[in-house]
Amino acid sequence: MNRINPKYIPLAATALVMIALYVLGCVLYPNFTSPRVIVNLFGDNAFLGIAAVGATFVILSGGIDLSVGAVIAFIGIFIASMIASGMQPLVAIVLALVVGTVFGAVQGSLIRVFDLPPFLVTLGGMFFMRGMAFVVRQESLAIKHSFYQQTIRQLVIPLAPRVNIPFTAMCLIAVVVVATYVCVYTRFGRNVYAIGSSENSALLMGVPVGGTKIGIYALAGFFSALAGCVSTFYMQSGNPASFVGLELDAIAAVVVGGTLLTGGVGFVPGTLMGVLILGLIQTLITFQGNLNTWWTRIAIGVLLLLFIVLQKAIAGRGRA
Amino acid sequence: MFNITHISFWIVFAALLFFTRKQRILWPLLALALLLLFNDIFTPGFFNLELREGHLYGTLIDILKHGGIVMLVSLGMTLVIATGGVDLSVGAVMAVAGAVLAQAAINHQSPFVAMIFALLVSLVLGAWNGLLVAGIGIQPIVATLILMVAGRGVAQLITEGQILNFTDATLVYIANGYLLGMPFTCTLVLVLLAVTYALTRGTALGLFIESVGDNDIASRYAGVNSRFVKFIAYVFAGFCAGLAGLVAASNIKSADANHAGLYAELDAILAVVIGGTALTGGRFYLLGSIVGALLIQTLTTTMYARNVSADIAPVPKALVVIAVCLLQSDKARRYFTRLFPRRNPPAAMTETLTAAAPKVEAGS
Amino acid sequence: MSDSLLEVRGLSKSFPGVRALQGVDFTVRRGEIHALMGENGAGKSTLIKVMTGVYERDAGTTRLDAKEIFPRSPREAEACGISTVYQEVNLIPHLSVAENICLGRQPTAFGKIRWGAIMQRATQALARLDLDIDPSRQLSACSIAIQQMVALARAMDVSAKLLILDEPTSSLDERECEELFKVIRKLRDEGMGIVFVTHFMDQVYAVTNRITVLRNGQLVGEYLTSELPRLELVARMIGKDAKEVAAMESQQPGMRSVRDEKPFLEVRNFGRKGSIAPLDLSIRPGEVVGLAGLLGSGRTETARIIFGVDKPDCGEMFLDGERVSISSPRAAIRRRIAFTAEDRKIDGIIPNLSIRENIVLALQASRGTWSKLSRAKQDELADKFIKALRIKTPGPEQLIKNLSGGNQQKVLLGRWLATEPRLIILDEPTRGIDVGAKAEIEKLITDLRRDGLAILFISSELEEVVRTSQRVVILRDRKKVGELAGDAISEHAIMNQIAAPTAESKAVVDV
Repeated sequence: MNRINPKYIPLAATALVMIALYVLGCVLYPNFTSPRVIVNLFGDNAFLGIAAVGATFVILSGGIDLSVGAVIAFIGIFIASMIASGMQPLVAIVLALVVGTVFGAVQGSLIRVFDLPPFLVTLGGMFFMRGMAFVVRQESLAIKHSFYQQTIRQLVIPLAPRVNIPFTAMCLIAVVVVATYVCVYTRFGRNVYAIGSSENSALLMGVPVGGTKIGIYALAGFFSALAGCVSTFYMQSGNPASFVGLELDAIAAVVVGGTLLTGGVGFVPGTLMGVLILGLIQTLITFQGNLNTWWTRIAIGVLLLLFIVLQKAIAGRGRA
Repeated sequence: MFNITHISFWIVFAALLFFTRKQRILWPLLALALLLLFNDIFTPGFFNLELREGHLYGTLIDILKHGGIVMLVSLGMTLVIATGGVDLSVGAVMAVAGAVLAQAAINHQSPFVAMIFALLVSLVLGAWNGLLVAGIGIQPIVATLILMVAGRGVAQLITEGQILNFTDATLVYIANGYLLGMPFTCTLVLVLLAVTYALTRGTALGLFIESVGDNDIASRYAGVNSRFVKFIAYVFAGFCAGLAGLVAASNIKSADANHAGLYAELDAILAVVIGGTALTGGRFYLLGSIVGALLIQTLTTTMYARNVSADIAPVPKALVVIAVCLLQSDKARRYFTRLFPRRNPPAAMTETLTAAAPKVEAGS
Repeated sequence: MSDSLLEVRGLSKSFPGVRALQGVDFTVRRGEIHALMGENGAGKSTLIKVMTGVYERDAGTTRLDAKEIFPRSPREAEACGISTVYQEVNLIPHLSVAENICLGRQPTAFGKIRWGAIMQRATQALARLDLDIDPSRQLSACSIAIQQMVALARAMDVSAKLLILDEPTSSLDERECEELFKVIRKLRDEGMGIVFVTHFMDQVYAVTNRITVLRNGQLVGEYLTSELPRLELVARMIGKDAKEVAAMESQQPGMRSVRDEKPFLEVRNFGRKGSIAPLDLSIRPGEVVGLAGLLGSGRTETARIIFGVDKPDCGEMFLDGERVSISSPRAAIRRRIAFTAEDRKIDGIIPNLSIRENIVLALQASRGTWSKLSRAKQDELADKFIKALRIKTPGPEQLIKNLSGGNQQKVLLGRWLATEPRLIILDEPTRGIDVGAKAEIEKLITDLRRDGLAILFISSELEEVVRTSQRVVILRDRKKVGELAGDAISEHAIMNQIAAPTAESKAVVDV
């Protein structure tokens, strides 16, 4: 009777794929073993990772959020313009986080109060934020402030000679730790799982479904905004046309990370692994040199297919 | 400013509204009329038509021409949504079709062979979606997400990451040619509309799609082959996307795997929903979807004509999405009726109904 | 220990067009197991939903421990001390047993959930019920029986005074039921009041102390279980009193010619584990075979395996003497079998399509996608059945969802008759429709029989079964317990078999 709980199978598969990709890289390319590869993996994918953590909450509850990429782009250009017009960077960042959270809460309220499909509401949200990004400014804007040029760049943890953990990577790790805590150790987190697994039962069991749902989208909005802030650290600029389709990568990372798209099962650390897998594929293709970037998308698609079919197979067996 | 074509346009449109006053399509048509009226009053030159070398030019013609792609995609999307599903991969399929077309053209295939290749590939991609949804039983959003992610990669694989230019006159004609004074895309849309109509209403497919989308279990109990019906819908959506992909590629005389069909799925879903087909499936309205696509394109063109940056166009689009959602939501309608309790237009109809047939008694 | 714990007085609840409860009184005492009995539409589930705060009552009072309560949500009811275990396990399948027991009331310290305390509390709750379940196990990995026990443990985890069990045993086997009964007897002995809803007669007599019977939203009466014979219980549930039942015996019509033809459908040793025990059944052309039994006795399950909705796991099926296996409704329809399902709204009508479309659907489906019935032919069919079945509607283009229940049922009948079936299975065709429409449907069934159709007729209304059937097969607790034919059919005889305790059921009355 001591078989593995089936809900851990996708997670185990994720870990396996991640390790296999890393080992493959190390075997093929000697430079791959450098700690710099791992550090860059975290640093380069920090904003995707943070957005994917937000998407994890939404997908765990059985919903979907398509507005992620547009929100990140909006927040990026918003911060850039605020700083350009003389605002203190920290104030701009806090303001951006508030805007993102409120935006998410509005989406959640529309979904909850009017029973609208999350798919359409967040689609509207995506259009809205993308347009608003261009309302703020039509073209990209570099951020010129000592906070960005010096403070952020100096906020690193030295790991090895000439290898530093950048601030963006620290943000990602902090977000993963906090989100994991929320998922495992708070009633809110447990309610998210309960709603995603069976909304009707959750209601009968006394879970505050309405408030939790709005909270989930607000939280996702917050994480998207945070990802937007981190993207400005990374890019040192804001661009209203950037991150088109990032929501797809985020969803892909969540699914590859072992979260059921139907909700109820999933793990934040799994999402981190999903993001790292996407990053590893990209890094491998860069190292290879001859392979072209489009293989990344194809590889992600194939991984998605494998994981979805795996989930379907497990769900089918569970029912039988 | 008020010329003959102008006045006759409004007379025709008013007649159209009058004859559809009892149909679902009235609402998107009315929205379109309001938008056009706004332009008529505030946007100078919006209604100007010009005849050059036997071809019509003007903003209205542009709307028809550029709206063609969304119209084509939305026809297939209508059927998929009517079965209770959704196809997120149409944009990616467009990119693949364009890539196949350009690659074949560059390899000196005849234009017709190139088109057939492209359409065959899109049929296969549609069948793939159909297999995942109807065969394996994966939810539509998830199943079509796979191709949405991987499709563009496949398109880039075919174009080898390049933007492939072609000059073949026949292929360029698809999106840029004129037939009988009108852009050829209009003909294409009309033909596909006729084909879709024949496919769904000339056979029992339309009935089956609506019954499966409305009540899948009851349809299966009545002997409807619900898997087959769903499969066909996805295959057809793939075909429509492929056709739209040809137009998109022809439009810019090249295949751009990154940008062809970007957001096409969203525009198409929006067009279908505006047209009156509910996202939950059931009754579908092909003409409604066409009008929905026209409305979206008119909105975009309006912004453009009024010198609003095309980049900001998504904002009003977002408001349209939410407004349409709220209009279709039972719960939202209940809220609004509670806010305005005295509005009571369907009273007459309810009365005739109750008089004729005793009302449904609630189950216990 | 017989002081009352829960007192419901004069409870009424209406829904648009139907009075679900009319001035119902209901009393549960400390330390008793109280059965709430009634057929479909009796008002049991409405009563429970009012007590648990799912519905708001229109009138009446509820007192718990002599204190008036007014729960507006399951959560408030729980806070008052009323806990419920539902027929469908309403728990979260993907979470662990322990978490399911504590969800929504997890012990926390400064907002941090104390998992150790959850495990401890769950272990205690399970131990209190003498259950040996690993609390860290995922719920969906447990059997339905265990899940039901976990639901019980959850209900007990809040200091409940009143426990409502709404058909908790419908998916349990005998041994699992016995486990459950052990637990609820223990709770009873601890002084808790338990409301037990079930369709299984044997269980009522095995565990309950008292019985309250509802019918058509009204209280029929409250009885001590030991003082109410089974036959009388059945009589009360279906709305006869015992004297009537005794008098009914001789008043049956003699018009029951059972033709000596070969059966159209015959099944032997046909069954499916968990839904219906293997049974034999045959239906001849021109014959109505009634399936009688209380709700949950396996009537619908029998229909579903014949029509290919569920797959049988044993036995054989013959049509016109030829052995066949039917794997889907489509296959059944090809063999000219038709089935109107019990739940019209979920399994029958296509709500947003017109009457015409609903009528032609099955015929069109059997013709395939590409050979469409012409519009003229469709109109002709629609008109024909609207007239023949006397469907009350302004016209064939009316949406079916706007019709009354009886007319919807006629449309569905029309849908099947259009396919010219040889066997038609009618599952509760008269449920939830008014008296006039019921009579019409009954007459239709008789007419169809005269036209040579084989009909399998399922109904909770014994009178209907008696009036229309040539033979009646009686089911109880998912088993065939008897068969009556011709003049032997009477409500009394059927009731006798439905009510017979298990020990006697071996002596099947053969006629």
